[in-house]
Amino acid sequence: MHRLYHQRRTKNSPGWVFIVPSLILISLIGLPLIALVWRSIDKDFFTYVFSENALSALKLSLLTSIISVGLALLTGTPLAYLLAHWKFPGRTLIDMLVDLPVVLPPAVAGIALLMAFGRMGIFGAWLSAIGITIPFTTAAVVIAQTFVSAPFLVRSARVGFAAIDLQQQEAARLEGANEWQVFRFVMFPLAGRAILTGIILAWTRALGEFGATILFAGNLEGKTQTMPLAIYIGFEENIKIALVLSVMLLAVSLMFLALLRKLEEPTN
Amino acid sequence: MKRFTMLFGLMVALAIIFSACAPAATPTAAPATSAPAATAVPTAAPAATSAPRTLTVFAAASLTGAFGDIGKAFEAANPGVTVKFSFAGSQVLVTQIEQGAPADVFASADHKNMDALVTANLVALGYKDFATNLLTVILPPKNPVNVQTLQDLAKPGLKLVLEDPSVPAGNYTRQILTNMSKDPTYGTDFSTKVIANVVSNETDVKQVVAKVDQGEADAGVVYVTDALAAPDLKSISIPANFNVIARYPITALEKAPNSDLASAFVAYVLSADGQAVMKKWGFSPAQ
Repeated sequence: MHRLYHQRRTKNSPGWVFIVPSLILISLIGLPLIALVWRSIDKDFFTYVFSENALSALKLSLLTSIISVGLALLTGTPLAYLLAHWKFPGRTLIDMLVDLPVVLPPAVAGIALLMAFGRMGIFGAWLSAIGITIPFTTAAVVIAQTFVSAPFLVRSARVGFAAIDLQQQEAARLEGANEWQVFRFVMFPLAGRAILTGIILAWTRALGEFGATILFAGNLEGKTQTMPLAIYIGFEENIKIALVLSVMLLAVSLMFLALLRKLEEPTN
Repeated sequence: MKRFTMLFGLMVALAIIFSACAPAATPTAAPATSAPAATAVPTAAPAATSAPRTLTVFAAASLTGAFGDIGKAFEAANPGVTVKFSFAGSQVLVTQIEQGAPADVFASADHKNMDALVTANLVALGYKDFATNLLTVILPPKNPVNVQTLQDLAKPGLKLVLEDPSVPAGNYTRQILTNMSKDPTYGTDFSTKVIANVVSNETDVKQVVAKVDQGEADAGVVYVTDALAAPDLKSISIPANFNVIARYPITALEKAPNSDLASAFVAYVLSADGQAVMKKWGFSPAQ
């Protein structure tokens, strides 16, 4: 790297064409985050961190995001496998459908969930008839998070599965392995890192979910008020609380990103 | 590379189309893009009184209907002026103004939020009450759990949506519940029982109306004016001895980009014409 840099300099190439735009983007992303952390520094910082409100929001966020990612893993990995290795009619359509939540505004997701699973929703009305109501429950938070985050896992795992050499599958089949065994003992371990990357991407997305949650699950401390909702309410009530909660969420996200880096490093 | 060029070309073309369209359309119909140009005009040509200008009004969510009408009337009376509204919970608007949002006028649903701005020296010349409101219980059109009386709000399992305590209406509602708990008809634990039924603390009254209207909640507490604006909803009125009178103050802001228009708008709201619109939307006059 170092030598390359020197080469470019001696040839007098216009390095600023790369450096100036890069600096603009780095400042755009970096400065607000620095400002956030700087402004959160306050003598009451830890009082807010350990306040009941902050801790219950953090606990709920961790719990719901873990369940969401678990659901995404259980359902998303097989789906990614199908999308990567099976040929069936409508595969492209399903591919696009699964990608949609990535590009949809979360508010659209929230309204769509209400229309489907709300008490007066198309399917929610049936559930309601047998005594199950989803909106305003912790289950609603999990559903909203799974809706927006699972596609990240599917996308990542699909790429992982697609990259596996088909000969390895064939070899396993020749040894007499059935579809499940091929998946369990050949494909899953080989695509492991791609799946882990997917898990972390989905997890961070689930942790940050706001729009779909506030519309579909409402806002109640300890039940549906996750970190991002607590931050929004905090912003209205006392900006210091919002700042501290933001920094807490920033720290958790950074931890996940660092973990992601670790996983992406080549192991050999 | 070819595809990349195509995509880039498409983006540039779209950008040109939108930027070219905005000034060509009528100035009132072009929102964000025309606003900076409009505010720049008076400094360049101070003599031009009819130059298009935009007045920005931050108002409590419960004022959505009434102020929408007042805005139209004000535009009609002041040619070349466009009134833009930002409706939200008063507490959200206060935070935004404190953080430097370029608003001209602020109308709050309570004195607490207005006083916060006064303390921060962001209010130009004091404020004036221009309307009052009361609270009421709203029920979805189908009323699935058959709520008939205020006592029913304490029924276990009822799904009640309120505003967050930071929202003026949420604060008033909790005061009302406290008032009712002092009455033996309801009992001292009435407030606790009702609060235990809360399934969500929404960020403004309109969100509560929406959740009840969608039938997601069994009941909600909003302003009388919100109930009037949503005629499909059933409502149960709260007796005057428990109810809280919400006083709405209005002011021109200290850092208003258009302070003359701001004062004119405040005067219009307080005028007979403005008051007639408030009355039409169910507000009572300020005493």
